[in-house]
Amino acid sequence: MSTTTINTQKVNFNVFRFNADEDYLPYYEDYSMDVTSEEVVLDILNRIKWDHDGSFSYRRSCRHGICGTCAIKVNGRVTLACKESMTDMIEVFGNDLVIEPLSKKRAIKDLIIDKADFWEKHEQVTPYLDTEIDENPTAENIVTPAQADTLDEADLCIQCGACHYACPVVEISDAFMGPAAFAAAYRFEADVRDGNESRLTDVNQMGSGVWDCVKCFECADACPKEINPIEKIGKLHNMLFQSGKAESNIATRHAVGFEKSIRKNGVLDEGSLVLYSELAGVVKHVPVALKMFSKGKIVPPWGIIKSDNLDEIQKLVKSSSTAKF
Amino acid sequence: MGKLKYALFTGCTAKQSTPEQMMSTMAVAEKLDIELVELTEASCCGASHLQDYDDFLSLVLNARNIAYAEKHELTMVTICNTCQLNTAMTKHRLDNSADLKARVNEKLGEIGLEYKGTSKITHFLYAIIDDFGLDKLKEMVVTPLSQFNIAPFYGCHNIRPSELQNETHDTPENSYNPTSLDDLIIACGGMTVDYEQKNKCCGFHAELQAPKVSAILTGNAIAGAMDGNADWIVTPCPLCHLKLDTQTGHASEAIGREVSLPVLHMQQMIGLALGCPPETLGMKHHVTKVDFI
Repeated sequence: MSTTTINTQKVNFNVFRFNADEDYLPYYEDYSMDVTSEEVVLDILNRIKWDHDGSFSYRRSCRHGICGTCAIKVNGRVTLACKESMTDMIEVFGNDLVIEPLSKKRAIKDLIIDKADFWEKHEQVTPYLDTEIDENPTAENIVTPAQADTLDEADLCIQCGACHYACPVVEISDAFMGPAAFAAAYRFEADVRDGNESRLTDVNQMGSGVWDCVKCFECADACPKEINPIEKIGKLHNMLFQSGKAESNIATRHAVGFEKSIRKNGVLDEGSLVLYSELAGVVKHVPVALKMFSKGKIVPPWGIIKSDNLDEIQKLVKSSSTAKF
Repeated sequence: MGKLKYALFTGCTAKQSTPEQMMSTMAVAEKLDIELVELTEASCCGASHLQDYDDFLSLVLNARNIAYAEKHELTMVTICNTCQLNTAMTKHRLDNSADLKARVNEKLGEIGLEYKGTSKITHFLYAIIDDFGLDKLKEMVVTPLSQFNIAPFYGCHNIRPSELQNETHDTPENSYNPTSLDDLIIACGGMTVDYEQKNKCCGFHAELQAPKVSAILTGNAIAGAMDGNADWIVTPCPLCHLKLDTQTGHASEAIGREVSLPVLHMQQMIGLALGCPPETLGMKHHVTKVDFI
């Protein structure tokens, strides 16, 4: 008969504490505990509350990684507390762990945050099937497995907020909708049953729009359900172009500009790309451009070294294009 | 170990706005006796932006670039994090979908090429760590950078998405606590600076459409390194380099604090440690003056 060995090790927890009703500033409290290899992060939160300080506050509910309530940050890493094993945390960060809420500036009490911005943004993308239905249907409304696959698991989102509060743009710009809202927009936009006519155009214009994503992939690593929100943001971009609904603005011209440049040179013509994207707005880049030019960092269009076998690239651009602008 | 040989995908930036990166790559390769066969046929990787416009076209073009590396029967080495992301992502998607691979190869067939999936794709940083070895590099250091506090700036597209990145190199990297660049700094004899922004975004990809957000991210990154008492920043990504080196004016304005530090390419740092003359490393091409040499 095999026996399972349970390893125990000493871990120091530096825990964010704050009570919005009483404290002017947050502070950190230290707890040192013996942690077993069987425990998840939520077990530690429970032990702090049950063994050390009953006033310690955090959200928890299902304990099975499905309610999305217990997302917090450990050493800056967003994590669903009930799903994340302590062994993994110790392996990545060592024995000194910092426990913080998803967003410090939104803290209400300890690890509990005000998630209002998350829900407001979620609501704005019409996160439900929007369609005219026959009240007396004569047949089932069947979705084939292939059609269901196009959702690309976006429907697995548990709205935990991990990606939203891992997003550096959400952190510094209230206008940005964030990866979760966009993934939700994609989830319904990709559903064959949905008939909403304006959602796709709306996501281009809401807040600072779908284009302000900085492409850092923080959301991809943050999602406990591996939904890969940034991939869905990319798909929304593709849908805008495929549907012909993309408006001409800096962001869309910047994306299209790559195709133009590749068609002409194979490689990118950096200067022409900025000019095409910005149009008259290019003047604001002149001071930096002059500095770069003086350091030999700007190659004029006639100095670009084109790709060898450019005719192959041009042929592929012609035969493989799927978007329009 | 035989002589290391790779197919070099330079990317566009090394040939235009970061000439110093191209120079230092070649200087370091020569010192390390690594042979680099430049893929002069390669097109732009799309930089994650062509992917927004036309995903399929970007796959076809990147598959063509990889097909040229395969023709040489060599591992492709990239020197830009974003080239690495888009090329490795193409490989990942084609290798995991027979249907997509067939559709892409139908197009490549028109120009007499085929994507097979036989070449590895790795960033020069990981080629040095996995294939050359940091111990061996350390032995070759003639000018240890021991008087410098060096802030590593990893660049998103070398570390995220983790699942993809960890397919491309042997040394495991955790995006929340990356170590490769720190290890390289230590191998060059330098002291590493630990700071919050080392694995964060520089803002490059939203510079045109979201200038304010982008500048705040840049400013925070440089400020983090400065607060960590860094003498300079080092990065494996020419796009991060451009942002941190050339955009200090906008960054300072955005965060309300003067921020500025010299920003070296990984290759320049290695070159300095290996005793390459600074002029072969292109130090005069920096906007923020490299004032410590």
